[in-house]
Amino acid sequence: MGVALSRAIQWSSEADKLEKSPLNNDILTEILLFTEEFGDKHPHEARLTFSEPLQWKTTLEASDFMSDLYDIRGESAMSQECDDKERPLLHLSPPDITVHSFYHLSNLLLLNKDKKMKEVQTCLEANREPMKIIFGPRSPTIHEDKLFNILHQLDENLLSIAVRPIMIIEGRLSPAAVNTEVDLLKRFCGTGENRALKSVRYTSDYVFSNGCRSPPWRQMDGEICSLIIETCDTEPTLFITCNTSGVFLDEEINGEGGENSYRRKSEAYKDLVTLLKNMSPHFAKASDEKDFAIQDVPSTKKILHVETVDAEETGQTLKSYDHEEKNVLEKARHQLVRNKPGGRKKKLEPSLKWKNLGLTSPFDEAEEKARKSRESKRILEYGTKSPASENKKKANFSGSSLPGCQSSQKIKTPGADDFSESSSEDEEDEEQPERRAEAATDLPSEYWQIQKLVKYLKGANQTATVIVLCSLRDFNLAQEMCQLAIRDVGGLEVLINLLDTDETRCKIGSLKILKEISCNSQIRRTIADLGGLQTMVSILDSPDKELKSLAAETIANVAKFRRARRTVRQHGGIKRLVELLDCVPDGVSQSKEQETDVEVARCGALALWSCSKSTWNKEAIRRAGGIPLLARLLKSPQKNVLIPVVGTLQECASEKSYRIAIQTEGMIEDLVKNLSCDNQELQMHCASAIFKCAEDKHTRDLVRQYGGLKPLVMLLNQAANKQLLAATTGAIWKCSISMENVAKFQEYKALEILVRLLKDQPEEVLVNVVGALGECAQISANLATIRKSSGINPLVNLLTGTNQALLVNVTRAVGACATDPENMTIIDRLDGVRLLWSLLKNPNPEVQASAAWAICPCIENAKDAGEMVRSFVGGLELIVNLLKSQNKDVLASVCAAIAKIAKDVENLAVITDHGVVPMLANLTNTGDDKLRRYLAEAIACCCTWGSNCVSFGEAGAVAPLVRYLRSNDPSVHQATALALFELSKDPNNCITMHENGVVKLLLVMIGSTDEILQEAAASCVANIRRLALANEKAKYG
Amino acid sequence: MSAMNRKIIQNLAETLCKQVKHFSKAESECLIRLFNGLVGEQAERRAAHGLDRVRFRNILHNTFGMTDDVMMDRVFRVFDKDNDTYISVKEWVEGLSVFLRGTLDEKIKFCFDVYDLNGDGYISREEMFQMLKDSLIRQPTEEDPDEGIKDVVEIALKKMDYDHDGRVSYSDFEKTVVDENLLLEAFGNCLPDTKRILLFEQHAFQEPHEH
Repeated sequence: MGVALSRAIQWSSEADKLEKSPLNNDILTEILLFTEEFGDKHPHEARLTFSEPLQWKTTLEASDFMSDLYDIRGESAMSQECDDKERPLLHLSPPDITVHSFYHLSNLLLLNKDKKMKEVQTCLEANREPMKIIFGPRSPTIHEDKLFNILHQLDENLLSIAVRPIMIIEGRLSPAAVNTEVDLLKRFCGTGENRALKSVRYTSDYVFSNGCRSPPWRQMDGEICSLIIETCDTEPTLFITCNTSGVFLDEEINGEGGENSYRRKSEAYKDLVTLLKNMSPHFAKASDEKDFAIQDVPSTKKILHVETVDAEETGQTLKSYDHEEKNVLEKARHQLVRNKPGGRKKKLEPSLKWKNLGLTSPFDEAEEKARKSRESKRILEYGTKSPASENKKKANFSGSSLPGCQSSQKIKTPGADDFSESSSEDEEDEEQPERRAEAATDLPSEYWQIQKLVKYLKGANQTATVIVLCSLRDFNLAQEMCQLAIRDVGGLEVLINLLDTDETRCKIGSLKILKEISCNSQIRRTIADLGGLQTMVSILDSPDKELKSLAAETIANVAKFRRARRTVRQHGGIKRLVELLDCVPDGVSQSKEQETDVEVARCGALALWSCSKSTWNKEAIRRAGGIPLLARLLKSPQKNVLIPVVGTLQECASEKSYRIAIQTEGMIEDLVKNLSCDNQELQMHCASAIFKCAEDKHTRDLVRQYGGLKPLVMLLNQAANKQLLAATTGAIWKCSISMENVAKFQEYKALEILVRLLKDQPEEVLVNVVGALGECAQISANLATIRKSSGINPLVNLLTGTNQALLVNVTRAVGACATDPENMTIIDRLDGVRLLWSLLKNPNPEVQASAAWAICPCIENAKDAGEMVRSFVGGLELIVNLLKSQNKDVLASVCAAIAKIAKDVENLAVITDHGVVPMLANLTNTGDDKLRRYLAEAIACCCTWGSNCVSFGEAGAVAPLVRYLRSNDPSVHQATALALFELSKDPNNCITMHENGVVKLLLVMIGSTDEILQEAAASCVANIRRLALANEKAKYG
Repeated sequence: MSAMNRKIIQNLAETLCKQVKHFSKAESECLIRLFNGLVGEQAERRAAHGLDRVRFRNILHNTFGMTDDVMMDRVFRVFDKDNDTYISVKEWVEGLSVFLRGTLDEKIKFCFDVYDLNGDGYISREEMFQMLKDSLIRQPTEEDPDEGIKDVVEIALKKMDYDHDGRVSYSDFEKTVVDENLLLEAFGNCLPDTKRILLFEQHAFQEPHEH
């Protein structure tokens, strides 16, 4: 309690004065606000009198106390209120003032108009331990006193203010620098002969928001963290405290001793490496040999940086990015200071390399430059380095150091983990040549040229700006080195600032560069971070068409990640982009004007294409009226317009509203037309759009009517372009859901081609090919075709795959094939049924269901099916246990399979043993017609064994079955009637049925046109009737 | 005054609109009227010759928003084809034709003439320096405060000097601008922007019909 007040405030050397520092200023402001509001917020507590009054020399005079509350006598003033000892609660006899309560403190500050701060400061200076004065020698515990609670709260606020600024003290150790150094040191720990250290670890794993690990009250003293380092030669273990002012040894870190256990034992060193070199001769020797020391820190730092950018990919907030960025700068600065000659007491041994960097000039631009260059050099090297130097560490980072192709994966906690695990000696050695190379290679001259140009850009008027921008464009902006160089020298800020000016030519010049370099993902992020998207969105309103096009094109490049897409939407970008689409693309005789309009529309479509990857944006495009405009542009003859338009459409076709619109706005015709164009990308997007839309039956019909099936089949021959192939096969799959389309495909001999595509294709193609085959195989004529083009074998082989979407389709296709006895022979020979059966163990219910469905025709058509099924060890138990599934489709499919299995009496006996009867009976209370049908079938089939018929009755399966007859689905009726007929062989069941009014329902069924149903219903009624007759006979007979 | 005057103006407009590409007869007439109005404001003696430099610069500044002294002077010189320090009515209409409605080629020619300070058919380093000398904020810390500008001149030269003779010829300039339109006004603003043109044309061409 009172820690912050007594410790956080920075006292000047005269001890009774407060230092003038921003931190003190913050603290004083907080105290001032707190005291001013005290009277209003806590009226009751404000009246409590202090144990002792606060006394100080004020600048106030009696005349200031013109209020009803105070009596003025000559020069002095006092409050009318008095405490129990008749002392006034506020007493002023200039310049001394005594105050007894917060109420008067607060009043006093309100009276004091312009010198409040000064007043608070002098008060604190005069009362260095206000807590003791307010509460007296005995501090109450927190629960005792409300006032105490309030002040405690204040204290914590102050503490958090004081903890924050640790980061920004220049020239001192920062948490980030320590962290980097520790990571570095960790790499030199290990078990081998040559290790420099045994181990390095923090005493605490918890990291505060400011990067420190020490508890807040120790952070007050500038402490960052504590470390335990085991060296190879010193005993005992070193306990080290890292403070912003330096690194020193502790007596010992003793958990029980609390705060007091921490005592400085050694003098402070400027960093860990220096300390260790002094403490451990072994370390000094090892580090000199390896020469790793400081040089590595910047590169580590750079990696950190790159990773942060990388982490952005996963949508981290801007804030954390900035934070890291700051750290990086901080570290860099820190290192500079560290290496400034004369700036240290200890003898330092900077390596030659370090000296070579030439930091002899005073801390000014030159140093700044050198720093920047070092930083950027690292970036460049990490960016362009070939993966030639392979060691483990590099491999770890290669993913993040090749921007553009980075993935969003891994490395949340940079450094530490990777380093500690790869801390063996040989790697260290491998790193050596690399680091030397790093230091030796200089930055390419382009870097310096770009830096110079950007410098000019910052101070140029519009004329020079245009010249410089044009010159900048002459660099190879597609090259990553140039892209990153522009960013690193602060060029992006300037370019984006230019967009805010009124100078059209400057804006155009700037956008032309941004457009090029924004193909780099890091640049994209920086542009978004700098607020470039907002500006570009507003440029879309400009009357200048070139400007609009460029802005839209740049947005198209930048909006490749989620946050950017959201920004575009939130700033009204979607609506403006949609407006750009408004042009008439008639194509034949275009005026210059129209041409530029079409160009604007093209760029707008490009941007929308990028944006349409977000669901919200799809909706926004639709609401902005984008669909009819896209439909109109779809008539354009220009491929470069069509590609982004169709690209957007196929992206949006994931939404139902778009699928409907694509159909109703007559876009299918255009999509089909463009299937036959000579541009594979366009074909791909068209096919992909059809793929997504053809879930709808009418759309499938339209594709056929516009003659789209033939070009689709033709496209199957473009097997080299896998994306195109995937889209085409997808479209064929969905189209083949309609039988009319299948007939067309037969005509075009699509099946033979599809079967050929079953081999050596990527999974996304296979899924679609197999899906299409599965659909086509629903027509029996095609079954033979598949067999004859030897498609069964590859299909069965695919059953061993792992891709769930593929498995669902493969099982369906195999199931469809199994309906042909000749095919079944082949499947049987390939052991396909066993494979299907094992897929019942797949965790995905869709796969389970699909496999179970496929098993049904197999059992039906296989020779010796019963024997085959029995040969699967544990197979029957497995399938019966699937009746516990929660998934309706799984249940239905398993019921269907059980019905087939139960045809074999021996197997029926086995599944009865596995408890199939109660399990089926359990399911009877379902409303799902599909499940009802197959459940009834299963029950019918299972009744034929032993006492199963009676058991079903006992398990309560009969009454629900009767209700099935009220279903609207005729196929349910048939199965149910059959089941009831079987069940009616048991008299008790007949009674239950009768009680549930089955007769009336069955009489209706007897009138059905379905003969099986007629017969089953009639037989059931007959059984019931027979029972009744027998009963009567017994009674009266 | 007016009947005869009008006749003269119409005749003049007739002939001018045949010589000058981009204006119709009515538009030429408007421009002539405007010219007469502007000249009329001047002192008698000068009015005989046409628009003087000061007045013309005022127009450039107020109507077309130009600010750079060097450029305004140069534009005046380019308008003033016969170099008599006055802009005649013919020069006025001809000049405005490029100024307001010139094709890219015409504008390239115009700008080149503006930038070719000494009229020798080349834009030299020195000329560029002259035109760009205020284009950068000078860094007081640098030894040679002109270093930056010299560098920009080199940059411009590198970009434009296709034949590597150390100066920019007309064909160099033309090539550069055709390649990159942004560089049309490479060495200073000497053409009005679209907004100003629109305003001017509204003002100049629509007035008479309202009367």
